[in-house]
Amino acid sequence: MLDNLISINNLKVYYDLGADTRHYQRLRKLLYAFASIVILIVVSFFLVNAIGKNLFPSWISLLNQILFWGFILSFVTLIVLLIVNFVVGLLNRRVVKAVDGVTLEIKKGETLGLVGESGCGKSTLGKAILRLTSITGGQALYDGKDLAHLPQRAMREQRKNLQMIFQDPYASLNPRMTVGQIIGEPLETFRLANGKAREERVKELMETVGLSPRFIQRYPHEFSGGQRQRIGIARALAVDPDFIVADEPISALDVSIQAQIMNLMERLQKQKNLTYLFISHDLRAVRHVSDRVAVMYLGKIVELANAKTIYAEPLMPYTKALISAVPVPDPEIEATRERIVLQGDVPSPINPPKGCRFHTRCPYRIDACKEVEPQLVEIKPNHYAACIRISPEQPDIDKVAESAAPGLR
Amino acid sequence: MDTNGTILEVKNLKTYFNTEDGVVKAVDGISFELKRGETLGIVGESGSGKSVTNLSIIRLIPSPPGKIVEGEVNFHGQDILLLPNEEVRKIRGKRIAMIFQDPMTSLNPFMKISKQLMEITQLHLGYTKAQAYEHAIRMLETVGIPDARSRVDNYPHEFSGGMRQRVMIAMALSCEPELLIADEPTTALDVTIQAQILELIKKLKAETGTSVILITHDLGVVAGMTDNIIVMYAGKVFERTPTKELFATPANPYTKGLLKSVPDPAHEEGKDLYQIPGLPPDVAHLPPGCPFAPRCDRAEDICRNEYPPFVQINEVHHSLCHFALEIYTESLKEQEEKNVG
Repeated sequence: MLDNLISINNLKVYYDLGADTRHYQRLRKLLYAFASIVILIVVSFFLVNAIGKNLFPSWISLLNQILFWGFILSFVTLIVLLIVNFVVGLLNRRVVKAVDGVTLEIKKGETLGLVGESGCGKSTLGKAILRLTSITGGQALYDGKDLAHLPQRAMREQRKNLQMIFQDPYASLNPRMTVGQIIGEPLETFRLANGKAREERVKELMETVGLSPRFIQRYPHEFSGGQRQRIGIARALAVDPDFIVADEPISALDVSIQAQIMNLMERLQKQKNLTYLFISHDLRAVRHVSDRVAVMYLGKIVELANAKTIYAEPLMPYTKALISAVPVPDPEIEATRERIVLQGDVPSPINPPKGCRFHTRCPYRIDACKEVEPQLVEIKPNHYAACIRISPEQPDIDKVAESAAPGLR
Repeated sequence: MDTNGTILEVKNLKTYFNTEDGVVKAVDGISFELKRGETLGIVGESGSGKSVTNLSIIRLIPSPPGKIVEGEVNFHGQDILLLPNEEVRKIRGKRIAMIFQDPMTSLNPFMKISKQLMEITQLHLGYTKAQAYEHAIRMLETVGIPDARSRVDNYPHEFSGGMRQRVMIAMALSCEPELLIADEPTTALDVTIQAQILELIKKLKAETGTSVILITHDLGVVAGMTDNIIVMYAGKVFERTPTKELFATPANPYTKGLLKSVPDPAHEEGKDLYQIPGLPPDVAHLPPGCPFAPRCDRAEDICRNEYPPFVQINEVHHSLCHFALEIYTESLKEQEEKNVG
């Protein structure tokens, strides 16, 4: 429970979408125009010299001169335009900073919940740890090895220990494979079991996740969403992993089935000493299954604490709003409690806001928030938050004097 | 109009679908009433018939394969099911409006927002183009779209999910409907955006006095929004009661299980979640007895063999269960213990 299974250090995942050409259409049109002029001049030069010799010999030298200077002029303009276009392209480059410098430790045997709104980069972070997306920078240490920089072949070997459960149980199972083939596939790829032994292992796995082994010959479409999710879990367990990234494993399921899957995952964790990264936007579910919870906003971790603590006393304004937005299934509480309603939407992760990324929606923002990028600071023991308006001495943002920023030093 | 303020009365509504698997009784004998200004929550899992109920109310059931077999939908005392199509069209969108779950697919991607908003008022209220345009802008302002005048001529893809849902709400409220049916209005949205939309619906409801039917699978959403709740399972009403009473003293094992299986951040003891075993039923092949019996932890022989009665527990509380009264007293006891503890 104490050792770190995975340490993520300043991990970055950027997606370069290239230049946004919509902003300089005219420039590009001009560029094309000059390129065509240059080509036209060259072509007419050859034409004039080929035909002109006989038709109008006296004009040739003059024409050649005009064409030569025309060529020089338009060619130079073209070069200039090319340079300008390149520079403007660089200025208009769109980079999605999906994960932007995340440092996180995942302890052995724990469930780390990762919450955030859609587009905040939580799934990308999960995928990046398993190298299912290329990593721009940083480290992800597992068992002394840096997963971010392992060669492909060595990484594939590591996937024996690192597995994933996907969100959509309809899309993540090959519809043309039987359940036996699906669950047995990892055993085949890693050459763990063959023939009879493999079938035995698959049946055993099916029983572990609560599926009847007699379904082994069936196809995914014959199962309901919850059962399919069980198949996905069995497939992840086939190689006996240490660590499982569960990316929204219950979001696509009915309420009564969600509880079944959460209980199953908890049971398996106890039995097999698994470590989970539980990614979800369902804060109630995350609170229930997680030991610690990390809150993400636009590619950064903004708060990290014990699951119960973060719900009882969230420190940074985004977490406060997020938690207050979760509807509670109790009409009496709903009737009395104050809900913090945030203004506006999550900004685009393409060129996100400077300073604190939350400042555009934050009710507590001060001018400094637009400039200073807050660091994740241990505000209370084991409770980290990224906000310049709070500090270990003054953890309660509501009690901090107006426009004061005790976290700024 | 009714004297007691009832605007909608659904009586024994049955909507069946003819499929290859046989007749699917998607909605099987549902009755409820809705008063002016009331918010009714309909809760159920997928396939429980909650959406079909509401599509039946405004007669949007695709036929074939669907068919409203029986029942009455009295809107201001007038049975919608008996009206000719043109009359229904006059009600739909004007007096009864709907908000759908997915704002991405329910707006026309090829039409400007302004045009989509103007269509309704031009058709139902006979507005001229200029009037309708101004009205569209006013509606967008009402639902909190910043800088509405410059955004009204945008296309749907230029709006975010939450903003599109606001546009949907603006559209639904354009003709000041007497009844607003919101079918999972926040399911596709993030929590912070969900909070915005729910607050907006609450606010608009307070301003206009519209009655609302809120369909959702999220017990948290209905807890804060509704006056009364209907719990549906396999096309049937399993429990019908005021919201407070449902959460305090449920009288149906399914409701109880559902309430216990949701992680509740307000009071949790860190135990395993209660789980309802098994799967939601296949509505085409229901067992003869109680449809929930195969998953119910207190099912007895009578449950498996006999269809349960719709027991009236008190004036406002009904439950479809052989043991409704026992479960109710049990819940009462638990509630007392909770209050004492």
